[in-house]
Amino acid sequence: MNKLKVTIAVTGLNNTDNPGPGVPVIRSLRESEAFDLRIIGLAYETLEPGIYMHNIVDKVYQVPYPSEGSGDLIKRLKYIQEREKIDVLIPNFDAELYTFMKSSARLHEMGIKTFLPTITQLEERHKSELPAFGKKYGVNVPKSKPVLKHSDIGKIRDDFEFPVMVKGKFYDAYYAFNEEQIHMHFNKISAKWGLPVIIQEFIKGTEVNVVALGDGKGNTIGAVPMRKQYITDKGKAWGGITLDNKEMLDLTHKIIGSTNWRGGMELELIKTSKNELYVIEINPRIPAWVYLAVSAGQNIPEALVKLALGEEVKPFDKYQIGRMFVRYSYDLMVDLKDFEKLSTTGEL
Amino acid sequence: MKLKKNIAVSDSGFIFDPNSGDSFSMNPVGTEIVNLLKQEKDSDKIHDAMTKKYDVPPDEFNKYYLDFIQTLKQFNLMENDD
Repeated sequence: MNKLKVTIAVTGLNNTDNPGPGVPVIRSLRESEAFDLRIIGLAYETLEPGIYMHNIVDKVYQVPYPSEGSGDLIKRLKYIQEREKIDVLIPNFDAELYTFMKSSARLHEMGIKTFLPTITQLEERHKSELPAFGKKYGVNVPKSKPVLKHSDIGKIRDDFEFPVMVKGKFYDAYYAFNEEQIHMHFNKISAKWGLPVIIQEFIKGTEVNVVALGDGKGNTIGAVPMRKQYITDKGKAWGGITLDNKEMLDLTHKIIGSTNWRGGMELELIKTSKNELYVIEINPRIPAWVYLAVSAGQNIPEALVKLALGEEVKPFDKYQIGRMFVRYSYDLMVDLKDFEKLSTTGEL
Repeated sequence: MKLKKNIAVSDSGFIFDPNSGDSFSMNPVGTEIVNLLKQEKDSDKIHDAMTKKYDVPPDEFNKYYLDFIQTLKQFNLMENDD
């Protein structure tokens, strides 16, 4: 089979204990039999482990944080594009998605394709908008309220019972058993991720997740449900297993079908003891545990790239049930020269 | 009283519930009983088979059997009561 030569740029190379999806996305793409790949890693920090994984990335460029303005980022991408001829860009951080979506026309002019949700899709699934999302699409969601200042915290007293979840708009979630703890978490989260901070009803049950891909026309191209078997203190899956759960798949199809979801998605759900499913978060990107789905038979990153290239992709119709993953940490040895090169020239 | 259809039971006594992702390990006697349940044998048949095979008074077996079934129910491995 003739392999298609493609150059793919990927962010999220921070394969730490709070792992970005970049390295597993690249690992999945490297297993594709459809592509002859060149992978360009885009890194924000000099110590993102994926930078130094030479079997994972072919070349790495440091890029400015989107918070520094999309102008600087586009300027940097133009420089990279002149050298690399990137075909597809896969952003993997929640915090950078808005900038890439806003810039997608300019990226397209440069010859860089993406396959991202629309701005409306991104905005209506925000944690602070979850109650409206649940109402609009008829799915169970926990009661949530955005909080912008300390004085708002006292006002939630009548609406919530303790414990509650206190969540950042992009990342981080903490339990709070009283108002004082909400204030404490509010300070910590708002300093890191900005406002609003979201107060969410605590739903008791088992956390389960789905990695999925929508084609933007209402079709679910892939979907694999998983249960976290080992959760780190940061709430990240350190072990997980694929499930045979029709209700989770039906819910995924319903959400992708009714929103015409475009791109990768991670559904974070709570299954209660009555077997009800609550959507607690919809992450608008591929999650870091995506390789489990690949190993179970659904190469979702490969399908996403094909969709970005305008190819027709047939939906996956099966996956291996009971497939497990267990993460591990590994000390990658780094040549000082590599670190020096990236730090001084912004390229490796 | 039936074991849920999609429950996987291995020869070594490992149970996997693909709906919840839960897994359990059983001793050889538990494995034998679960395999009989999987073959859709009713309580009387299981009772007969086990008391014939093992040197156990029927009443005593019954007590442990009911306990064991209760545990399987508690772990959501059984269909709803017949």
